[in-house]
Amino acid sequence: MQCPKCHAPMHTYNRNGVQIEQCSGCRGIFLDYGELEALTRLEAQWSQPAPPPPPAAPQAYPAAPPAPAWGAPQPGHGGHGGHGHYGHHRHKSFGHMLFSS
Amino acid sequence: MTADTGADARNGTNTGTNTGIGTNTSTSIGTGPRPTPAPPALIPALTARAKAAAHAHPHPHGPTALPPCTCVGATLADRQDATVVRHAGTVAKAHAPDTDPAALTLRVATAARLPDVLLPPLGPTPATLHDRPVTLWPYGLPVDPDDPDAAPWEAAATLLARLHRTPVPAGLPPMRGPAKAARALGRLQAALRSTPHAAPRAAALPVLGAWATLPAWARAEAPMPGPWALCHGDLHLGQLVRHPAPDGPWKLIDVDDLGAGVPAWDLARPAAWYACGLLPPDEWTRFLTAYRRAGGPAVPADGDPWPALDVPARALTVQTAALAVTKALAADRPLDEVEQAVVDACARMPSVPAQASRPPRPAPGFPG
Repeated sequence: MQCPKCHAPMHTYNRNGVQIEQCSGCRGIFLDYGELEALTRLEAQWSQPAPPPPPAAPQAYPAAPPAPAWGAPQPGHGGHGGHGHYGHHRHKSFGHMLFSS
Repeated sequence: MTADTGADARNGTNTGTNTGIGTNTSTSIGTGPRPTPAPPALIPALTARAKAAAHAHPHPHGPTALPPCTCVGATLADRQDATVVRHAGTVAKAHAPDTDPAALTLRVATAARLPDVLLPPLGPTPATLHDRPVTLWPYGLPVDPDDPDAAPWEAAATLLARLHRTPVPAGLPPMRGPAKAARALGRLQAALRSTPHAAPRAAALPVLGAWATLPAWARAEAPMPGPWALCHGDLHLGQLVRHPAPDGPWKLIDVDDLGAGVPAWDLARPAAWYACGLLPPDEWTRFLTAYRRAGGPAVPADGDPWPALDVPARALTVQTAALAVTKALAADRPLDEVEQAVVDACARMPSVPAQASRPPRPAPGFPG
């Protein structure tokens, strides 16, 4: 399916047994009827003895900024296991690229 | 319902301690056509020009017998399209042999008029030396390639925003970004023609395929769409210097590609690096946020910038991939991990339709 917001393809993955569609472009998430409730229920079960509620002002937008669908899979998104190429050390070849026409 | 959630993004930022950047210290003035090497006499002549200019100010009363000079001097770049030498506080640049002198004069004059954004030249008109146009500039301290954490992303973005907000000077030719991309593809095609091996040809196919899907304007086959802005045309980290060295404000250098065009092109290299998974998200965010704060017109003030960035970032990705494959072909070596990431992005492009240049706004409660 296509993202209603940015029209990039959406990929399905499984989170705690709930099927979720995530946009490969803007990272927005589509939930079917009842899925938000299912996730909330699961989260409540998970954090039953948790002390105070999580801090207010939840992340309004994913921390990773939007990227185009033709780009590399971004870290932590979509369950594709992508992690980019910037790790603990910037690759020498990219260092050269930063300074080249 | 579309729920934007930070749940999956919590482990989504990867802030590496970036070290080990390469040792390319060139001032990087573009990648030129191969066939015409600089004449051997050019560098000595250019050095003499820089030296004369460097000593012009302390001795304003005409030629005097100078004591032997002990100034710092160096060849900063010697490539097919540009030779740059430094003598003390003066830099002399011999531009590409195919440079249009009238266009270069207009570009240099633009730099002279925008000294807060572009490094101002030492003289208004290019000279000629060994059939090459030559310009003189004050020396500025470049970004340290060995210290990528010091990359001045905010300064670069702010300078670009100011450049893009400047009215385009009358008569200034188009920004040369798309022409440079087309030239990179031409070099790849030439390299392929002289390569009998199948493997490198396979690496080049996704690059040629992605190029074919770009709109004509991005391939320099049609005028760029408006509205036009004053653009740098070849932004990368080698195009920033501090002047006066070593701790003056950052300025943009290299006016060879300066001109009127699509301002998103100047954001497209960092955008392409980020899209290809090479530039960490936090550095991309710093760059983009600073550009927006400075009122840059290339992207909407908020929301998704990719509808504006998509085509230029694709073009810069294809250009980078083309040059990488060309280099690998010439050296008869496989692509490294970074080059492969850029080629892989090219391979994904044809399956993703190019985004419209207008940002599609999310309709509240879209019909399900």
